[in-house]
Amino acid sequence: MSRKTSIGAPSRRQILAAGAALAGTLSTPGIGGAQARPVRIGLLHPVTGFVAYSGAQSRLGAQLAIDEVNAAGGIRSMGGARLEPVLGDTQAKVEVGVAEVEKMNEAGVAAIVGCFQSAIVLATTQTAAKYGIPYAVDVGASDLITTRGLKNVFRLKPGFGKCVDEAIKALDGINGGAGRVAKSAVIVHESSEFGTGTAKLLADRLPGINIEVKEVIKHDNPTRNFDNVALRIRSLRPDMLMMSNYQNEYVLLARTLHQQRVDLAGMFSVLGGGFNYKFAQDLPDVAEHMMDYNHWFAPTNPKAQAMKKRVEGMNTLFTFEVYLAYNAVKLIADGLERAGSADKERLTAALAASTWSDHFMPYGPTRFVDGQNLGGEAAALQIQKGDIEVVYPTQFASAKAVFPKPKFG
Amino acid sequence: MLSFDIVFAGIVNGLAAGAIYVLVAVGLTLIYGVLHIINFAHGSLLMLAMYAVFFLFARAGIDPYLALPGVAAASFVFGYALYRFLIGRFAHGKDENILLITLGLSIVIDNLALFFFTGDTQTIDVRHAGGIVEIGPAFVSRAKVIAFGAALALCAALGLYIARSDMGKAIRAVARERQGARLVGIDVEHVFAVSYGIGIACLGAAACLLMPSFYVSPSSGHAFVLIAFTTVVLGGMGSFLGALVGGFAIGITESLGGLFLGEQLGQIGISAIFILILLLRPTGLFGGRR
Repeated sequence: MSRKTSIGAPSRRQILAAGAALAGTLSTPGIGGAQARPVRIGLLHPVTGFVAYSGAQSRLGAQLAIDEVNAAGGIRSMGGARLEPVLGDTQAKVEVGVAEVEKMNEAGVAAIVGCFQSAIVLATTQTAAKYGIPYAVDVGASDLITTRGLKNVFRLKPGFGKCVDEAIKALDGINGGAGRVAKSAVIVHESSEFGTGTAKLLADRLPGINIEVKEVIKHDNPTRNFDNVALRIRSLRPDMLMMSNYQNEYVLLARTLHQQRVDLAGMFSVLGGGFNYKFAQDLPDVAEHMMDYNHWFAPTNPKAQAMKKRVEGMNTLFTFEVYLAYNAVKLIADGLERAGSADKERLTAALAASTWSDHFMPYGPTRFVDGQNLGGEAAALQIQKGDIEVVYPTQFASAKAVFPKPKFG
Repeated sequence: MLSFDIVFAGIVNGLAAGAIYVLVAVGLTLIYGVLHIINFAHGSLLMLAMYAVFFLFARAGIDPYLALPGVAAASFVFGYALYRFLIGRFAHGKDENILLITLGLSIVIDNLALFFFTGDTQTIDVRHAGGIVEIGPAFVSRAKVIAFGAALALCAALGLYIARSDMGKAIRAVARERQGARLVGIDVEHVFAVSYGIGIACLGAAACLLMPSFYVSPSSGHAFVLIAFTTVVLGGMGSFLGALVGGFAIGITESLGGLFLGEQLGQIGISAIFILILLLRPTGLFGGRR
């Protein structure tokens, strides 16, 4: 190589090399050159109102997924298109949620991820269907969500029908192992679609495992006082309390029963809103031995552990809202990758045919039938010594269930 | 048919819950009686006081019952300053402006709480407030028995203060005839601010008594607002005695309603009282007396 070429006017060879490099750069998606048009994703959650904590956790999970996709180069099949969040707040109100979907449609979103409460998911998916917007349900348990024939709706996690069926199996196994000490139960549930639907299924299934349902008690959100409910439970003397509530009422009910020393063989919630690490740490005496059947990440998956560490490093709890919203966004990103387009119809078709397995839930590859992923499974959990242990299914169990729980001194 | 034991326990639980309603409503009725406005920021300020109790316990390990005098005093100062430097200053002497300012204040406080404290449910674990007290056939949590006794004692002390002290007399004078009070040399603006401060101090005390058995989140104060308004309407707007009787009546109605009609439908009793009082005695039970 001559000195001339290094400090003087560029040689023909250098010009050719630079031209080749430029051509190579331009042909590489997302690096240099014209940026691909970003894909807008609507993140719809109740970040204010009575379930604001869950909404904020969901939004966090969804945003982490978007950041991760963008950091990895965006959607490669679309020239490295970045995901751009369009944030919406349902305020835990149906009409506000619907209005937010209208706004997101105006903003040109390719898909929506949301939105925690079943009642609001039902309404907002319907509105999204009007515009053909694909909608990935992160949290929202009602079976109605995926049984109305809406082609735009996809849910990775199981609905409450499957959760109740599996919870009943878990409870039967745990009760059987303890010599069938539980023969009766009282169900306490919140009054919206989530709690009412879950309670109805529980009341239907419990007699099948020889547990008589003595009473079903419904309460509003918010409820100030559970003294009377505790009184009623004490007078009915059930062996089990089955719960289905959002966070505040879950904690208040558990605390009231503990303060009033109501003896039960077990307290078992299905998708219990307040069952998390914080509850276990803040009120250890109240939380000890409470059980919940809920969504749980695959504990041995290194991605799950890395994500858990990352979220906890942000001084935030790794709750189910975080990882369900995270995985719902990643599902959409995978759909975009397969569709190679933000076109709503192509994206819907790609999601419907999805066989995505790059998640960290114990689900296997996705297989959607009427928008419901069939591989979704939850787990029975129990708080033991301030930590959360998986007690069912036995192949994933990290501890044996403590049942019946010790009586008050 | 429910047994006597259950009904008795329901009444006892209703009285225990009513004690907190009394404390929240006393502040509201005092503010109404003197300033002639509904304090829409009442629920938000209660929530703020509950956060203060939470942080004192969680960060400094201060027992909520020991914190009560300090939290009540700080709440008084906060309420006094809020009226003197914000509400009074921007109201320009118009009651309807005060109404709007307190409403705006409520929105600002709620959203600031959401921003700084997040929407998470916060609880404190006060071990010595756990356990139950047997009252005949009823079991009441110790935290609620303490709240009941403390609320009654605080109401009695406040009643004595209003009845006997010079400031109490000035408050009553301003409540009855503010122009006349001004003419005899009472600093009406100071009395307004003191009354607002006392109302908020009641919330501070209520927060200390509530936290051992309740939780706090940015929306938790609102759970008590409707109850407090109903209590004030039942007892008579501005009536101290009315808030006392009304709070217990609402507590018992809510409790028995829950027992006989179910936890959800039982709440109808409170709404029924509200409507009946407005229809039959719009001034409330003690509304005519001042």
